[in-house]
Amino acid sequence: MTFLQSAAVRVGLSISVATGLYGVSFGALSAASGLVFWQTMALSLLLFSGGSQFAFIGVLSGGGSPLAAMSAAALLGIRNGVYGMQINALLAPRGLLKIAAAHVTIDESTASGTAQSDPSEQRRGFWVAGIGVFLLWNVFTAVGALIGDALGDPKHWGLDGAAVAAFLGLLWPRIRSRQPAAIAVVCAVATLLAVPFVPPGVPILVAALVAGLIGWFRRGHERDGMEPDVEPHLHPGRPGTGDAATAGSRGT
Amino acid sequence: MSLWPWILLAAALAFATKLLGYLVPAKVLANPRMSRVAGTLTIGLLAALTVLNTAVSGHHVVADARLGALAGAAVALYFKAPFLLVVVAGAAVAAALRFLGWS
Repeated sequence: MTFLQSAAVRVGLSISVATGLYGVSFGALSAASGLVFWQTMALSLLLFSGGSQFAFIGVLSGGGSPLAAMSAAALLGIRNGVYGMQINALLAPRGLLKIAAAHVTIDESTASGTAQSDPSEQRRGFWVAGIGVFLLWNVFTAVGALIGDALGDPKHWGLDGAAVAAFLGLLWPRIRSRQPAAIAVVCAVATLLAVPFVPPGVPILVAALVAGLIGWFRRGHERDGMEPDVEPHLHPGRPGTGDAATAGSRGT
Repeated sequence: MSLWPWILLAAALAFATKLLGYLVPAKVLANPRMSRVAGTLTIGLLAALTVLNTAVSGHHVVADARLGALAGAAVALYFKAPFLLVVVAGAAVAAALRFLGWS
């Protein structure tokens, strides 16, 4: 089997292209929320986790403090730690490979890897999507940042509406049944209730507290919210559940 | 620029979180609470970010053109549009509503 005939490689590549392209929207929104070009690039190159990056600039553009922006980004990144455990159980990378694997451990690479059942396909799926998304996401972030700078006033072009759409787009694939929908509604309401009383940026931490408590005390539903935000029509399968024994056994 | 330390700190935290997953013993995987808290946090935070960007201005809950953007994006998502098209739909509805005079 040649490299390109592998199903994992093909899925990984198509996810890379689809995800990489929307780096344009991150770049443009980041520029619109006041970050200079290299700050935008630092988020894509070093932080490299779409949801956390959007969270960071979303809190800032809402008037939140840099501390609140950082906290929101860090909390939203916790799921990557769980993905890291799954990938480590599947691929067990060593030395420098472990460092590289950790950096590209995101929704898309985890989905591509865990969707395969053959160990070498898992490896190909994870690395192709991880490296592919990293390269294209950064190229298109740069393009978006330049476009965003050229657009000027974000409101004029509806860029604030683009931010709304981006967050709904990240949330949407994770709402697959009534329970996650209920969690989303409860946290949204808690956020709005907090808005008049606490400094900008803090309502999101209130929502995080509420969500954390719900997650701690509820039973079952380990997979809720752990569905990666890949394009729905490219969805290669469901990622691992956090159970190492079954994470690799689910085909597409 | 005072934002730089926060960007670098956020990046360091993000990487540390990812790496931690590779360093904890496999036994921790068996704990479903870990996965549940992470998943619930993700849903809750994204829901909060969605409403904050849609309907909040400073200390006030407001209804403006961004509400239209939310509806436009929802329609695009319902018809399984790719992410980039969803974002463009949100921007287009907000811009169009402003053009028609709704702030």
